[in-house]
Amino acid sequence: MSRQRPDHVPTEHQPSPAGPVVRTGLSLRPGTPSRRVFLTGTVGAAAALTLAACGGGDDASDDVADVDSSSFEEGSTMAKLADAGKITVGTKFDQPLFGQAGPDGKPTGFDVEIAKMIAAALGIKADKIEWTETVSANREPFIQNGQVDIVVATYTINDERKKVVDFAGPYYTAGQALMVKKGDDAITGPDDLKDKNVCSVEGSTPAQNIEDNYPDAKLVTFDTYSKCVTALDNGQADTVTTDNVILAGFVAADKDKLQMVDDGKTFTKEPYGIGLKKGDDDFREFINDTLQKAYDDGSWAEAWKSTAGQVLPTPDPPKIDRY
Amino acid sequence: MGSLLASRAAVWDAFTTTLFLAVTAGVLALLVGTLLAAMRVSPYAPLRTVATVYTEFLRNTPLTIVFFFFVFVTPSMGFTFAYKVAAVIALTCYTSAFVAEAVRSGINSVAVGQAEAARSLGMSFGQNLAIVVLPQAFRTAIPPLISVLIALVKNTSVAGAFSVLELFALSKRLTNAHSSDVIAILVGIALCYLVICIPLGRLAAALERKAAFAR
Repeated sequence: MSRQRPDHVPTEHQPSPAGPVVRTGLSLRPGTPSRRVFLTGTVGAAAALTLAACGGGDDASDDVADVDSSSFEEGSTMAKLADAGKITVGTKFDQPLFGQAGPDGKPTGFDVEIAKMIAAALGIKADKIEWTETVSANREPFIQNGQVDIVVATYTINDERKKVVDFAGPYYTAGQALMVKKGDDAITGPDDLKDKNVCSVEGSTPAQNIEDNYPDAKLVTFDTYSKCVTALDNGQADTVTTDNVILAGFVAADKDKLQMVDDGKTFTKEPYGIGLKKGDDDFREFINDTLQKAYDDGSWAEAWKSTAGQVLPTPDPPKIDRY
Repeated sequence: MGSLLASRAAVWDAFTTTLFLAVTAGVLALLVGTLLAAMRVSPYAPLRTVATVYTEFLRNTPLTIVFFFFVFVTPSMGFTFAYKVAAVIALTCYTSAFVAEAVRSGINSVAVGQAEAARSLGMSFGQNLAIVVLPQAFRTAIPPLISVLIALVKNTSVAGAFSVLELFALSKRLTNAHSSDVIAILVGIALCYLVICIPLGRLAAALERKAAFAR
C-alpha cells in the first residue's frame, strides 16, 4: 500500500489490484485495496475540514501574564497545570449566556469567562484551554475520574454533591424563577401554581423542587428547555420554571412572546460553584483567591457585562464560601 | 446502589411504565405491521403504494421526530393526546414499519408454490395469506421480529424526553438527586432493561427451536 498518500483521493489513473473504485455493496472482503483507498481519501478530507474549522476564531485580546510555575508549591495541582501549560475545563455547551458552543465548537458565556480567569491565573492562555462538554449527569464522574480539571457549568453547590466533589466559589447566585407567555398574568408567583402545567427539564433541581414543594402543580418534564418553550407556545404548559439566568436567555431571544413572572423574581437560591476534585484544598483556595481578586479588580463585573449582563442586571458578587 | 434501593417504589413505577409502553406498542405494532406487510403483497396496487410509502417514511425518520410530531405538532392541529398515549402512538407507528419489513421478508421466504397451490384450490387472497402463507412466514420472521421488539423496549427511553416518567427519565431524576451515586444508578437502570430484554431473547430462541422442529 506504499503508493498511497494519506490525503490523496484516488483517481481513475491510480493502479489498483481490485480495478476501478466501484463499490458493489456486498463485498465481504473488508481489506480490499479499493475500499482502503476510498477510506483514506475520506479521512484525509475530513481531517482537513476539521483543521480548517478549528483554525480561526482565537481572540487576540487574550493576553496572559507569564506565571512562573515554580511560584506554586511543588506537586500541587497548580504547579502541575502551569507546567503542562493547559487545563481541561468542563462546561455546558447548550446554556445561553453561560456556556454555549458556537458553530466553531468553542463555548462562550459567563462560565467560560470565569474559567479563562482561572486559567490566566495559572499562566495558561485561553486557546490552551481544552473545553469538554459536561451535562448535569456527568459532572461528578468527570471530576472524580480526572477527565476534567475543573467544572464551570452552572453547577449548583449542595451538600449531596459535596460528598463527592469540592466546590470553589460561589461566583454567582442564581435562583428559580417562572416564565410565561407574554401578557399572561394568571400566574404571579410560585403560590399560583395549583393545577397549572409547570414545565421543566427532567433531572433538574428546579423540577425536583416543584415535585417536592409544590405538589398541587402538574409537573411536565422534557429533556430540553426548548421543548418546554414549544409546549408553552402550544398552550400545553402554563409556565416554564428553572434558574432565572436560563429563562432570561429565552426571553432575550423572543421578547415578543415570552416574559418573566414578577420581573424574574427568584424563589430559591442556587449558588453556582466551580467543581474540582475532592480533597484538593490548595487548588480550591487558589481558585477562591483568584475569584476574590476578580471581584476586587472589577474583572468579574466586566466578564458579566460582556456575557449574561447583556440581558440581566449586574449583581453584586456573592460572598465566597471558604469551607 | 443504596439510593436506587431507597427509591425502589419510584423505580418499580418507572419499570412498569416502560413495560406498559413496550407491551402496548409491541402488540399494536405487530398487528399494524402484519397488516402493512399484507398490504404490500396484496394484488391491489393502491394498497401496495400506501403501505410502501408508510413503511419507507417511518422507517427512515428518527424516532424523536415521530415523537415530536405526536406531542407538539398534532396539538396545534387540534388533536391533543395524553403524553403516555402520544408515546404509545409514536412507538407503534415507528415500530410497525420495521415489523412490516420483517414479516414481508418472511412472506418472501415462503415458496411461491405454496401460494400458487392455495390459489389453485380456490382460496381468496385473504384466506391464502391467513391460512397458508403467514403461518409459514412468521416462522422465518421470528428472529428479526424479536430483534425489532428488543429495539422497541430500548426505544421506549425516548418517551422519557417527552414527559413520560419511564426508566430513563427516572435515571435522570435520580442521578440529579443523588449525584454521589451516578454510576450505580445507571447500572441499576440498565439492569432493569436487561430484565425485560433478556427473557425476550430467550423467548425468541425457544420459539425458533419450536418452529424449526415443525418444519
